[in-house]
Amino acid sequence: MITFNGVTKRYADGTVAVDNLSLEVPTGEITVFVGPSGCGKTTSLRMINRMIDATGGQILLDGVDVKTIDPPTLRRGIGYVIQQAGLFPHRKIVDNVATVPYLLGWDKKKARARAMELLERVGLDLKMADRYPFQLSGGQQQRVGVARALAADPPVLLMDEPFSAVDPIVRASLQEELLRLQSELNKTIVFVTHDIDEAVKLGDRVAVLRVGGKLAQLADPATLLTRPADDFVREFLGRDRGIRRLSFVSGDGLRLRTDLTVPASAEVSSLRGTTEPWLVVVDEDNCPLGWIASKDLPESGTPADVELAPYGTFVKGRDSLRAALDATLLSPSGSAIAVDESGRVVGVAVREALDEELALVAGGVGGVDG
Amino acid sequence: MNWVIDFFTNPDNWSGPDGIPTRLLEHLEFSGISLLLAMLIALPLGLWIGHTGKGALFAILSANAARALPTLGLLVLIVLLMGVGTIVPVLIPLVALAVPPILVNTYEGIRNVDPDLRDAAYGMGLRGGQVLGRVLVPTALPLIMLGLRVAAIQVVSTATVAAYVGLGGLGRFIVDGLATKDFPSTIGGAVLVALLALIVQLGFGLVQRFLVSPGVSQRLTIR
Repeated sequence: MITFNGVTKRYADGTVAVDNLSLEVPTGEITVFVGPSGCGKTTSLRMINRMIDATGGQILLDGVDVKTIDPPTLRRGIGYVIQQAGLFPHRKIVDNVATVPYLLGWDKKKARARAMELLERVGLDLKMADRYPFQLSGGQQQRVGVARALAADPPVLLMDEPFSAVDPIVRASLQEELLRLQSELNKTIVFVTHDIDEAVKLGDRVAVLRVGGKLAQLADPATLLTRPADDFVREFLGRDRGIRRLSFVSGDGLRLRTDLTVPASAEVSSLRGTTEPWLVVVDEDNCPLGWIASKDLPESGTPADVELAPYGTFVKGRDSLRAALDATLLSPSGSAIAVDESGRVVGVAVREALDEELALVAGGVGGVDG
Repeated sequence: MNWVIDFFTNPDNWSGPDGIPTRLLEHLEFSGISLLLAMLIALPLGLWIGHTGKGALFAILSANAARALPTLGLLVLIVLLMGVGTIVPVLIPLVALAVPPILVNTYEGIRNVDPDLRDAAYGMGLRGGQVLGRVLVPTALPLIMLGLRVAAIQVVSTATVAAYVGLGGLGRFIVDGLATKDFPSTIGGAVLVALLALIVQLGFGLVQRFLVSPGVSQRLTIR
């Protein structure tokens, strides 16, 4: 656990970068520091590994004041990832990753073996190991940066806008990768970003800082979206807070109907007289093909002869209510198809089911956070 | 052209205290010692200033002042003050000539290393000296080597001035040739100095290729 105890950073010219910051970064969680430029988020991060020294207050690492630890020793025990990766250009990738193990005096063979293991872990082709940093793309370099930070297996990881310099698609995949890694490693991570969407996506807890280095709010993402502490946080969070909050509600609560599917090979005559306005047409593997409106059923033949309406799906057990809601908007039927991980239909969430669930979520806002 | 061939084919020019081998060795001695002394002064100073950022203004100003010194004038002055008993009088102006390019390039090389790289190195837990030795120097090496090469070529070509004050070196062929109107000797000496400078240039190129990481020179193709 990292504890900020009234931490202040005042520069010689009187500028206050961080003002009396007190918060706790729980072990094994991702805590995101987010805020506009000048809010002291990076300064706060860099005070943990003493790249900057605080001028007031204390930062405790598992109860030990970091000021009592010699900076290089402290830093070797803390993983550090920066925006431009900062790989050593004259060293091969494998040796870049092994930087801290070398410093800690591991023998070369062991350090390199560990480096290879980590390259694999962060999803890099092992062929990259013998290349130099300039031969890698920005996204690949950033993965190497993460591998390097993890090399000596530090319990704490500091990440300073690590994904800001890569394009949005690569950024999304790096974010997914970080969450996957974290689910395996359970590090105590402090992550700095100016991007509130990134903060909400990655953080177990999000600390919103305002200009002048004051803590505006510290909360889990769902609470942050539901109950911003003040106008500053509300404005910083931006639009669509309600919809975005649905990302944190599981879609599993949706009541599903299982009586709305028809095989593509069924005779339409057998469907006559149904009172349902829409039906899901599935193939022989029970995967969805599209929606068919019962009023448009032809005189004879099978649903396969008809042009089907588009559909949207969400994965039961994985996707959020937001994904389910999104799926309903992709189909004229106004219903979302629930599928399993392999894409087979497990049921249909009709509009009424969504209404019920959304009402529950909205109700939860008034009471205990849900 | 025939003069030059005469000069190089005359067996008298290849032996004795006035011969090419002796003069070449003398020349290499002046140049080598001067360069070595200049490196001993300028490399540590350049590394220290580049790494700490202290004294940068002082270094640049004194380097520029040293550049403005006329080598021959300085040499004559020192000889007048010290006499010509040793080779020291010729070393001082040559060192003064070699220090500025080494100092400035070393300092600039270290100072211009990407600040993110420096940040990452400290952040990984390298100590100050390790950051300098393991990260900054290898990264700045092309520029540092450039400073050494420029200094070496300048020293090798300027060491001819030793002849003006009665010391040896390849300059003797030029100076004595002029004095006695022995133009083959003058031209031959000039050719020898030019060849030596060229060899020094090539030699530094080879050393650089060997010392600088392909990751820094980006000699490899991007796969």
